[in-house]
Amino acid sequence: MNLKLARDNGAATDAERRLASPLAVRGLTVSYGQKPAVFSVDMTVRAGHMTAIIGPNGAGKSTLLKAALGILKPLAGTVTVLGQPVAWRRDHIAYVPQRASVDWDFPTRVIDVVLMGMYGQLGLLGRVRPRHRAQAMDCLERVGMADFATRQIGQLSGGQQQRVFLARALAQGADLYLLDEPFAGVDAATEQAIITVLKGLRDAGKTVVAVHHDLSTVRDYFDDVFLINTQAVAEGPVETTFTQENLQTAYGGRLAGAQMDALAETLSGTSAR
Amino acid sequence: MIWEALTLGLGYNATLVTLGAAILGIAAGVGGSFLFLRKRALVSDAISHATLPGVGLAFVVMVALGGDGRNLVGLLAGGAVSAAIGLLCVNWLTTRTRLAEDAAIGAVLSVFFGFGVVVLTYIQTMSSGRQAGLEGFLLGSTAGMLQSDALVLALAAALTLALVLILRRPLTLVAFDPDFARATGRDVNRIDLAMMGIVMAVTVVGLKIVGLILIVALLIIPPVTARFWTERVDRVLLGAGIVGGLSGYIGAAISAAVPDVPTGPIIVLVGAALFLISMMCAPGRGVLSSVLQHRQYQRRVHLRQGLLALAQGQPIYERLTRRLMEQRGLIRGDGVATEEGRAHAARALLDEARWHVVRNDQAYAAAAQRYDGLTEMQKVLTPDQIRDIDARLPAPQVMMP
Repeated sequence: MNLKLARDNGAATDAERRLASPLAVRGLTVSYGQKPAVFSVDMTVRAGHMTAIIGPNGAGKSTLLKAALGILKPLAGTVTVLGQPVAWRRDHIAYVPQRASVDWDFPTRVIDVVLMGMYGQLGLLGRVRPRHRAQAMDCLERVGMADFATRQIGQLSGGQQQRVFLARALAQGADLYLLDEPFAGVDAATEQAIITVLKGLRDAGKTVVAVHHDLSTVRDYFDDVFLINTQAVAEGPVETTFTQENLQTAYGGRLAGAQMDALAETLSGTSAR
Repeated sequence: MIWEALTLGLGYNATLVTLGAAILGIAAGVGGSFLFLRKRALVSDAISHATLPGVGLAFVVMVALGGDGRNLVGLLAGGAVSAAIGLLCVNWLTTRTRLAEDAAIGAVLSVFFGFGVVVLTYIQTMSSGRQAGLEGFLLGSTAGMLQSDALVLALAAALTLALVLILRRPLTLVAFDPDFARATGRDVNRIDLAMMGIVMAVTVVGLKIVGLILIVALLIIPPVTARFWTERVDRVLLGAGIVGGLSGYIGAAISAAVPDVPTGPIIVLVGAALFLISMMCAPGRGVLSSVLQHRQYQRRVHLRQGLLALAQGQPIYERLTRRLMEQRGLIRGDGVATEEGRAHAARALLDEARWHVVRNDQAYAAAAQRYDGLTEMQKVLTPDQIRDIDARLPAPQVMMP
């Protein structure tokens, strides 16, 4: 396996870096039935950076994310957050699921969805006080959805729904943000709004990990990439890791010629930089 | 007579039954709400049918121990135990095998119910069994309800309500977005079991009044009815409680006032009537409202198209368009525009031109999303913004009013 690890600091050992990583995965295998979707994957996310998880359809991108979060039970492997089991550190993690994973006809308003991100903080019976509401409104403001606070969620467009999900994650007040295809099927304005928020989080020292499918925007949006095709293919900063060679390995020749040509442009931009 | 029943004037026993049914209705409506929101309404059918063998076996055991086989608490406890086993069976089959939930429900429901019928048939052959009246648990029977029975019922219902209120946040989270619930560290399977446990409690409590075949209706009809009226979970709960309570109260009162009318089925029919009324008349989600909204929207489209055609000097062919415009005095009978019609048409054209500018400018992307060909720009943008847009219009259109 051609696994290139990022060398932030030549002196740091693997173990040290895992301990400091906001999300470190080791030997993770997840399978549906007898066929592994993710096989023996190691991933060490750099703190304060934006990482894209990239790979072809069915490569296990979402599965990796869900297993890291404990939504799926792995067959083998460990997931640590700052060196501790993920279950102990849940309040440090915010999650944005795929938009299509829920029923948008559910009887709830935009502001109520954002408040769901604060249920942990509210407890079972804690009253929703004005300051909680203000905090939720602030999160909606950051994604440009404050005007929609009292709308039923079914009335929103796809991009608006995605922004509401992001606002809910913001309301969780976490240090690590995991997003599953946040840009899938959204309009250009939403994509801009989301990436601005995510970069803002990164600049504030938070860590962002997103499953991403649009290879042409990887270079603009992310600092690090993690290439996966059931097994880990490569990991590291975009400049050194997001290469034609690694992409071909990950996509197993499934990248069409035209896609490759379009990418070559952004890729050649690297070597010049 | 009905009025007397509704005002609790038909004597002690009828009052007891009516109040008991109302309390049960509230508990069932609220308890069933999350089942409905989680889209697992049919689980309650499996749970209710799974109570039968427990009730029968409890009777047999109590008689064998030399007690009175008809002790309500004992029978209900038996029903609860077998319902819990049935529930765990459904849960196990869905989470641990490849069986889909509907198939698991079908299997558990029929097997438990079949076993229950066998037990009841055996009881019929027992000397003390003929007066047992266990058939009453199938369709409910309120004859000879004791004060202690009503008290047990009220207590259990209150407990159920309290449990739903305490667990409402995790239950909402799991019903809306189970993946997110798991990601925030909640044990979705346990929360689901709690939800079904609540439903089980309501079912067992409701066996005596509504019977196991119809209790499903009392769990599901109220939240479905409430859903027509609101877009919020807390109000679905509130509405379901009201609908369930009303169904129980009115249904029990009717059956007390009219001789030889069974209580359980009437309660369910009252609930169904409330459901029908809501389905037709509720604003927003109701059938009538949808039809009206559609008609209204259609008229707006026709009017707008007619005005734009007028402004561009094109003839109007569609009959509906012509009729609508004539009614509003925008055109004459021969299709020629009136003074007012020309003014409206010019305004529509100007609006359309303004929208064209907005939709081609990234700076107005948010506003452009609200373009539907009908909404006037004044409702979306401020006068200042419109002035800015007007400045960029091709010259001749700015001249228009």
